[in-house]
Amino acid sequence: MAAVANMPVSDLLKSFKLKTKQQELLIRVSILCLVYILAFITRLFSVLRYESMIHEFDPYFNYRTTLYLTQNGFYDFWNWFDYESWYPLGRIVGGTLYPGLMVTAALIYRILHFLRFAVHIREVCVLTAPFFASNTTLVAYFFGKEIWDTGAGLVAAILIAVCPGYISRSVAGSYDNEGVAIFALLFTFYLFVKAVNTGSLAWSLASAFGYFYMVSAWGGYVFIINLIPLYVLVLLITGRYSMRLYVAYNCMYVLGMLLAMQIRFVGFQHVQSGEHMAAMGVFFLMQVFYFLDWVKHMLSDTKLFQAFLRITVTCAVTVGTIALGLGMLSGYISPWTGRFYSLLDPTYAKDHIPIIASVSEHQPTAWSSFMFDFHILLFLFPAGLYFCFKRLSDATIFIVMYGLTSMYFAGVMVRLILVATPAVCLISAIAVSATVKNLTVLLRSKNKGVQTGSTKGSGSSKASSKALLDQSQPFQKNGAIALLFGAFYLLSKYATHCTWVTSEAYSSPSIVLAARGAHGSRVIFDDYREAYFWLRQNTPPDAKVMSWWDYGYQITAMGNRTVIVDNNTWNNTHIATVGRAMSSYEDEAIEIMRSLDVDYVLVVFGGVTGYSSDDINKFLWMVRIGGGVFPVIKEPDYLVNGEYRVDKGAAPKMLNCLMYKLCYYRFGEMLTEYGKPPGYDRARGVEIGNKDIKLEHLEEAFTTSNWIVRIYKVKPPNNRW
Amino acid sequence: MESSRFYFFVFAIAILASPALSDLLLSKVDRRIYLTSHIVRISSTLKVENAGPEMVSEVLLAFPEQQAKNMAYLMATPHEGKGKVKNPVVALPVEVANPKDMPPALTFFSVSLPKGLAEGGSFTFDVLAVFTHALRPIPEQITQADIQLVLYQDSAYYLSPYAVKAQSLTVKLPDSRIESYTKLENTKIHGSEIKYGPYENLPAFSYSPIAVHFESNQPFAVAQELVREIEISHWGNVQITEHYKLIHGGAQSKGEFSRLDFQARPNVRGASAFRYLVANLPPRAHSVYYRDEIGNISTSHLRGDSKKTELLIEPRYPMFGGWRTAFTIGYGLPLQDFLYESEGKRFLNITYSSPMVELVIDTLIVKVVLPEGSSDISVAAPFHVEQWQETKISHLDIDGRPVIVLKKTNVVPEHNQYFQVYYRFNKLSMLREPLMLISGFFFFFVACIVYMRADISISKSSASYLAKHQWEEVQAVIQQVQNIISRCLAIHDKLEASLRDLYRTGDIQACKAARKAADSVLKELSRELKPLLTTLQSSPSAAQILPKVEELVAKERELQEKVMVKHSTVVDGYEKKSGARDIENRVALQQQKLTALRQEVDDLLEFIDEI
Repeated sequence: MAAVANMPVSDLLKSFKLKTKQQELLIRVSILCLVYILAFITRLFSVLRYESMIHEFDPYFNYRTTLYLTQNGFYDFWNWFDYESWYPLGRIVGGTLYPGLMVTAALIYRILHFLRFAVHIREVCVLTAPFFASNTTLVAYFFGKEIWDTGAGLVAAILIAVCPGYISRSVAGSYDNEGVAIFALLFTFYLFVKAVNTGSLAWSLASAFGYFYMVSAWGGYVFIINLIPLYVLVLLITGRYSMRLYVAYNCMYVLGMLLAMQIRFVGFQHVQSGEHMAAMGVFFLMQVFYFLDWVKHMLSDTKLFQAFLRITVTCAVTVGTIALGLGMLSGYISPWTGRFYSLLDPTYAKDHIPIIASVSEHQPTAWSSFMFDFHILLFLFPAGLYFCFKRLSDATIFIVMYGLTSMYFAGVMVRLILVATPAVCLISAIAVSATVKNLTVLLRSKNKGVQTGSTKGSGSSKASSKALLDQSQPFQKNGAIALLFGAFYLLSKYATHCTWVTSEAYSSPSIVLAARGAHGSRVIFDDYREAYFWLRQNTPPDAKVMSWWDYGYQITAMGNRTVIVDNNTWNNTHIATVGRAMSSYEDEAIEIMRSLDVDYVLVVFGGVTGYSSDDINKFLWMVRIGGGVFPVIKEPDYLVNGEYRVDKGAAPKMLNCLMYKLCYYRFGEMLTEYGKPPGYDRARGVEIGNKDIKLEHLEEAFTTSNWIVRIYKVKPPNNRW
Repeated sequence: MESSRFYFFVFAIAILASPALSDLLLSKVDRRIYLTSHIVRISSTLKVENAGPEMVSEVLLAFPEQQAKNMAYLMATPHEGKGKVKNPVVALPVEVANPKDMPPALTFFSVSLPKGLAEGGSFTFDVLAVFTHALRPIPEQITQADIQLVLYQDSAYYLSPYAVKAQSLTVKLPDSRIESYTKLENTKIHGSEIKYGPYENLPAFSYSPIAVHFESNQPFAVAQELVREIEISHWGNVQITEHYKLIHGGAQSKGEFSRLDFQARPNVRGASAFRYLVANLPPRAHSVYYRDEIGNISTSHLRGDSKKTELLIEPRYPMFGGWRTAFTIGYGLPLQDFLYESEGKRFLNITYSSPMVELVIDTLIVKVVLPEGSSDISVAAPFHVEQWQETKISHLDIDGRPVIVLKKTNVVPEHNQYFQVYYRFNKLSMLREPLMLISGFFFFFVACIVYMRADISISKSSASYLAKHQWEEVQAVIQQVQNIISRCLAIHDKLEASLRDLYRTGDIQACKAARKAADSVLKELSRELKPLLTTLQSSPSAAQILPKVEELVAKERELQEKVMVKHSTVVDGYEKKSGARDIENRVALQQQKLTALRQEVDDLLEFIDEI
């Protein structure tokens, strides 16, 4: 793309008396600057549409902790015991989070304040993700340059700047670990590839620090610590072992591991957990390789060496297996976690860990979402792989492996599309850049021939070669032009698609809901904040709120009240207890709630507005998770012939469980839609089955203006006499 | 009925302590108590007469302690008859007084009369007293469906240290629904008004408690704390930010809150709640926002005309009794409307209190943020306020902006008066921040330039550093070679041009002269070229480019020779007077070779350029 953009601009630049090289540098730098700005501003749709606010669920926790960090300093943050969540257990925040994001935002905040820009920490948090997305484009450029050439680097920067797969997690306001982690991931990979290419200790040290930053930012670092050994292994097998690789991997692994241990949440996992053992195995393998190399160098006799090789390899493998086996048996090395299993076997979570399966972003990816997130990259990707294989080098092998593995993971889980995005962009960029370059080379050489022919005539040797060219020219020329136009058409389609996806699908904060009114005007449902602010202002400061875990982070961050469970799903039993309370009859549920000191119960209900991701639609997961720990709760009790219904034909247990009662309390008197009976649930399109709901131990404390959030107060126990 | 017992007690004391005060008496007292909102306003018209021989210039006003505690505002003005054009009223000075021999349960204020009253003289003036938190909700807790009833207690007789000849009292209520009221002699009820009196010839300190229990669904909006920040920017804006902590100060709500009932009949099921507040902002207010800790609140409306800007804000939820909310509103005002200059000093002239209608503010803190570099700061306020200074660091400040903090408790809309902040400010200080930005960028670019130009490698002897260094040298040399070659080519072009002149004019001498000049220059150039080529040959990092350069030089020399040969052929032809066609024929072959060579040289140049 850059090469083509060069053509018309170069004439203009010639008038500035610039050398071709300077022209190229100028164009490259200005393209990079524009891409940097583009990557930032394309993520600002949500700020323009709504306001500068934090989105969704997890970002609220991150925001709350960042606020704490900026107010109380790093040591308090590190030692923070949070009483407001997981009542009565609490949460050791410093030891159970990846602090990279918060520390980054706090650092940016400090720097800005040092430079006397009195910004609010919220603005910093909101804009952290776009800022890092912009930085990612730069890394993508350098990475592309490293594995292919500057053209590919530029195209990669442009593609990743607007790729929806990445934008989905990095719009302004989505203040989540992934926002900085993708930057850290790509940066670590880039530094590592650079280290492998140069064999320089400095680069591999840098990649160790990049890895440290990644570990501090996101649990996805496990991908790096498994992909890099895998890559090294492949290089070893394909006979590409070199001193450069030895230096790069050893320095990166040893230092990276030591640095990673400084993060409390990760701790000694690098030497104790099954997921990190591959890296260690490869580390020892490298030493064996080096040793063998040395021995080979010392021994001149090949036969002797063969024998030695056999013995050493057998010994090494045996010792390794025994060590691993002993570690596993003694429990020193922990086995793989369920999350890791669920990546390797997509059906694992469904059968064993309902809490992971219940999250929509952990579902296997549909083809449509691949198309939605990648668009033309989806078929440029194989083309790029072709080019990579055509020009195999250490770097292209790396990007091929990164692309293939991450593509597999993207197929397993929707949210891992994010990890695949940089690889897909880079490989596609290689395809685009190589194709366009070939085509333009064709066009340019011919143009020159025509020029020389017309003005100066041609020498005999030139003429003959030209004659040869001339025979294939008409077809070639037109073909090249047609293909170029085709490529530009596709790329422009990609750009419009990305903009459209960003503005339509990925820029909604999901706290504030917007809909079109009857007259085409925009209607805003701000019910979540209405309810959270009510909790914040009008309940006792030590009130405990029970809700399904999805809303935990928001309640603590916006409502500033203690919750029983939240989005940090570390204690399955506790969540199951809440699920059990929600799916029991009221008098059973009140016992559970009293035992948990619950003062308020919060439910989300979309029956009035037709908002479909409400608690009734999530209810089966509560039953499943509750039933997973407490066998009293049985899923079939809530279903009729395997069907989930809320109308007259619903199961009796369903019609009388706490969740149903809380959602539909007094809803039977409500007229939601003209021409429909009272109690017509618009989210499910049915008339509810139990209209006469009486609450004995709870009372309605607050319902938001569109009924989306309903809060109930637990009444104090009745006097016995 | 704690407080009414207290009033009896006061009454008893009052009777016992016989007045030994000046011989003033009140010949006529008209009192009107406005209970139409939650701010109680008592407006009284007093006519004082001096019955004694001494000159009197001060009149005492007495309030029971209970009332004095809630008093927010007291003002006395000379009475103006009805129908008169309203002159700007000059308030009479009012001070807290502690006269001797007075019952301790009373608080006294003394009003200074404009001129002393001689014997028999009389003077009429108005007193406006404003009380907050004087209405007590009874019952104290109500459900959503209940109406809110409040109780007001006062005396039917005017409590005064002087004897009162004639008096009357009117109590104005929001509407005619009255739960109960104290019936005394001469009590009449008239729609939403209750009239007590007239009563005549009552001694000093007469007291007769009354209580009115009535329905009031007015918004009991109480700001427990309001922080107003007024920030002056000399770039043309006064930015006002107001942080409210609001509570519904009426009867506490209890039991369920049913959204269904509230939506169906908001005026019945939720009569005591208020749903919106109105703020009257100054005209030309712009960039209005309304938000709270967790984000923007989208339920507000702004209407504006040339007199005022009306902002209607709805809290996130309807405010029931005892419910709280907190929010921030902010707006910008044009600077020229509020900032003036006098005697070399600037002064800000702006209203003190909140723009909200009928809002009681328990604690009001006004912060005036002056631009950085302001000095000589003084404040003129129309009433007593607590005052201190702070600094605030905002965008691009070095040592912070001076902030004047004015604090006052118990504020009512009557306090919304203008106050002035005087300060000195040098206009040049305005340029400080832009200059800082400019210099910041300047130093950034200078740093970039230094970084690009400076050699900051640690080891000057490492292989890669040397290689890089050599490569740079090679590049410089190649650049020079290119220059020389292109100059040679330019000379070739000149020779060609001289040939063309020859064709046209036939001036052989000029052509020869051109040839001579070209020869010498070319010789010079080839001499220059030699050392460059030797440096290239000696440098190891030029190895891969050297063959190309040498080829270029060789081709150029060949081209040079060919050009010379062609030139001499043509000139010879002319000297021998051969036909033009003949010369052309002779030159044609040479010309073909020349073009081919030139092409090759150009290609080589381009190739070298791309390295």
